[in-house]
Amino acid sequence: MGSEIESMAPEAAPPVTADRHHVELVVNEVPHRLEVESWVTLLDLLRDRLDLIGTKKGCDHGQCGACTVLLDGVRVNSCLTLAVMHDGAEVVTVEGLAEGERLHPLQQAFIDRDAFQCGYCTPGQLCSAAGMLDEFDAVPEGSDVARVRELMSGNVCRCGAYPQITQAVLDVLAATRGRGGAA
Amino acid sequence: MRAFTFASARTVEDALDALADGGPGPKRFIAGGTNLIDLMKEDVARPAALVDINRVGLDEIRPTEAGGLLLGALARNAATARHPEVRRRYPLVSAAILAGASPQIRNMATNGGNLLQRTRCHYFYDVGTPCNKREPGEGCSAIEGLARQHAILGASEHCIATHPSDLCVALAALGAVVHVRSAAGQRLIPFEQFHRLPGDEPQRDTTLGEDELITAIELPPSDGYAAHSTYLKVRERASYAFALVSVAAALDLDEDGAVRGARLALGGVAHKPWRVPEAEEALVGARPTPAAFEAAAETALAGAQSRGDNAFKIPLAHRAVVRALGMALDGVPANTGLLGLPFFAGEPFEGTPLDRMDTEEQP
Repeated sequence: MGSEIESMAPEAAPPVTADRHHVELVVNEVPHRLEVESWVTLLDLLRDRLDLIGTKKGCDHGQCGACTVLLDGVRVNSCLTLAVMHDGAEVVTVEGLAEGERLHPLQQAFIDRDAFQCGYCTPGQLCSAAGMLDEFDAVPEGSDVARVRELMSGNVCRCGAYPQITQAVLDVLAATRGRGGAA
Repeated sequence: MRAFTFASARTVEDALDALADGGPGPKRFIAGGTNLIDLMKEDVARPAALVDINRVGLDEIRPTEAGGLLLGALARNAATARHPEVRRRYPLVSAAILAGASPQIRNMATNGGNLLQRTRCHYFYDVGTPCNKREPGEGCSAIEGLARQHAILGASEHCIATHPSDLCVALAALGAVVHVRSAAGQRLIPFEQFHRLPGDEPQRDTTLGEDELITAIELPPSDGYAAHSTYLKVRERASYAFALVSVAAALDLDEDGAVRGARLALGGVAHKPWRVPEAEEALVGARPTPAAFEAAAETALAGAQSRGDNAFKIPLAHRAVVRALGMALDGVPANTGLLGLPFFAGEPFEGTPLDRMDTEEQP
């Protein structure tokens, strides 16, 4: 992984010894023990060290949502947080949504509703939607459609599949309620 | 991102010690990190050391003895916005938080960090252009540049940046108090004294000392305003954009419907949330009429100056104040975000283009 460390090194005046930290993370139910430089984002750790490249680096500034993962069950932008800040945390990425060969209901709904074109934003959309289901009833104003649109607004789709994404999320929301109670 | 050292504090004392500890500076606390890490990637912020304060506590939201509510500095914006007591007693705070950023960012960002976020002036972010806030003495690129998002009030010849927070506009209107700690002890900073105008030191956004940590934000009792408060945000798109102009407005009405108290603050117009006590005082005792709201807007925007690109902001801010006071009167909590959602937002798109092709009669 020498090339990866090189790519993350600062361009000017690196310290004599890199500031490395021991971090334990459970990612998609798999425990990992890692030595990580302080400046490595959670996103870079997932993609470059753990080879979980489903999580995408779109803007790398928290504006597009393509890097969204679930951190201790809560959706966050993995590009805007450092791996060293999350020793002991549980992370779920798009690779961890399905149960074996059975797709997550959101994954199936995205396929059924044709909720993507190029697919680049889709891992972030899926993780964001998965986190959103748990947040949905915390602030219960507005219609379901309006809430889904607002609550998914941290995920940009350059292809413009928003109507289908909204419908896919609404399908899963309805199914979740059908099974009884909040998501 | 440049290299830096990292340490994780377990207590507030740990955090303050780590900040005071020798070694190469500058050192910075990191909490949510949503703005700081972005600034570090852009090489705008260049800390030599970060002290992680996410494990020191300070995340509770609880009533104060004075009858107000204490918001922990490390409570997340999302948790604050949906907290039952915040929603019930300070809907203005919920509305402002929910009008800002994205759900992911609100899940990460803390209340203390929200106060310390830097301007989103694009020249400040672009290390290739001069900026007095980033490098004092370099000059201001915005004054002769693109200034659509820039200040119309309180600016100086050195800086015309605006403060980007939504939450802070609500906190200014409510007269919040910022609790800070240092090795020397605790200090309370009234909200109007927390953020600064740029003057000839635009690099300083706040009056927080370099050795101080925000521990909490105290909301004074303001229950009289809860039923008639509004956060109005005007921006370039319906969600996830910074305010061109925003208004926090709240009215306390007596039994006859006259104004017993008024609160008014503007965002997106100055280097700090803009609150003009005279505009509020002029409303007290008056009937809440459009004419009274027009007069309040006039007073709130006295001295406004445009820089060409942002000339539209002066009439926009005026109309936003009048509209926000009207919404507060009507008990409408917001125009954007979750609290500003319409009950109906159109029918969901049914099916896919492929579905429709499948069902169309073929000739």
